[in-house]
Amino acid sequence: MPTATASQTIGPYWHLLEEKGWDDLTRFGPVPEGAARITLTGVVTDGDGAPVADGCVEVWQADPPASDDFLGWGRAATDAQGRYSFTTLKPGPVPGRGDARQAPHIAITLLARGLLKPLVTRAYFAGEALNDTDPLLAAIEDPARRDTLLAREAGDGVWQFDIRLQGEGDGRAETVFLDV
Amino acid sequence: MSRSGRLDDAARDPIPFRPFSPGTQPPYDAPAYLSTRARHPARPLVTAPHTVTETTGPCFTPSRFPALADISATDGRAAQGERIIVNGRVLDEDGRPVPHTMLEIWQANAAGRYAHLVDQHNAPLDPHFRGVGRVFSDEQGNWRIVTIKPGAYPWRNHANAWRPNHIHFSLFGQGFAQRLVTQMYFPGDPLLPLDPIFNSIPDAAARDRLISSFDLETTQPEYALGYRFDIVLRGRGATPFEDGEHR
Ligand SMILES: [Fe+2]
Repeated sequence: MPTATASQTIGPYWHLLEEKGWDDLTRFGPVPEGAARITLTGVVTDGDGAPVADGCVEVWQADPPASDDFLGWGRAATDAQGRYSFTTLKPGPVPGRGDARQAPHIAITLLARGLLKPLVTRAYFAGEALNDTDPLLAAIEDPARRDTLLAREAGDGVWQFDIRLQGEGDGRAETVFLDV
Repeated sequence: MSRSGRLDDAARDPIPFRPFSPGTQPPYDAPAYLSTRARHPARPLVTAPHTVTETTGPCFTPSRFPALADISATDGRAAQGERIIVNGRVLDEDGRPVPHTMLEIWQANAAGRYAHLVDQHNAPLDPHFRGVGRVFSDEQGNWRIVTIKPGAYPWRNHANAWRPNHIHFSLFGQGFAQRLVTQMYFPGDPLLPLDPIFNSIPDAAARDRLISSFDLETTQPEYALGYRFDIVLRGRGATPFEDGEHR
């Protein structure tokens, strides 16, 4: 039986796929009762501290559950400063393996020129009580590294989640990337 | 999954996707491909056991994401170049079809130029070729596009560097961890042995499976040559004789 097809870089010309509105996960329907619309935004930088200006950032969240009004998925391009931005609904906790409960999080796939396969990470929300018992966060021993997975509230409903591809040279920690 | 916090078994212990076979995927750090230098993580990845986040994924439907299966013409006007039909199947590692899954494709025109502002290669743009398509696999995993054979194009990775002819593919499969972005190449391309992106894949057999094959059965008389490109996404569950836990 053949093994999974090999990955190749998305390259610098993937913007041909871009469509207006794909960075707004709430575009298909009204905000459901009890859900909160948020902005998830951040800057992607490389090992030289330079902005990643040609990146494709994709988000996926299992909560709120997908429906006709909410696909749970979005795509955004980074701009000249390396910034991406999504409008979405704040996720709640989801089941983990066994009896575990996972803290609210948004899964992120980063694709770009220079990445032969996707980089995967997760944005958690600083201040959530469940962060202390989340199995994935608990598996990261170094608190400075664990902190790279926490989005910070930067204003009303705006959560900042920067992504650092490589290196500690200028004091900023490399984002924890996941083997999924 | 319920919003009330009662966790059902399927959401708690979903069947994980299988780890990739060693050598079949490129590394992040591939020195011959210069752009990987400052963009590869220097720290080891953290293993994430698969949960509902990794085993489920977006469900794209043609009603919201309309298919565009023939990009060889725009507004009824034929693009320049050699018209081709490319088809294949989307399967998983157990040979099961992956039905109703979305495939995005994009490519350069026949002259080797993308309809993209950043592409400044001194080759003509074609007003009748945008180079972007979208199709869905059918019940048996079959898909098909009609396009133009893309040209080779220069890039600045090394002296006299040219990308082999290729079509970019993006697939989502049935779960977040099945996401695949890749490139399809053409048989007999003399640029393949020189290309750092193609050759970043350590395993030669895995590499060669990115090369489509000429297919006389797909070829249509007086119309277009046919190529076949099968795509395999990660299988679910443990490989035979292995325990159920993911890594
Ligand atoms: Fe390309």
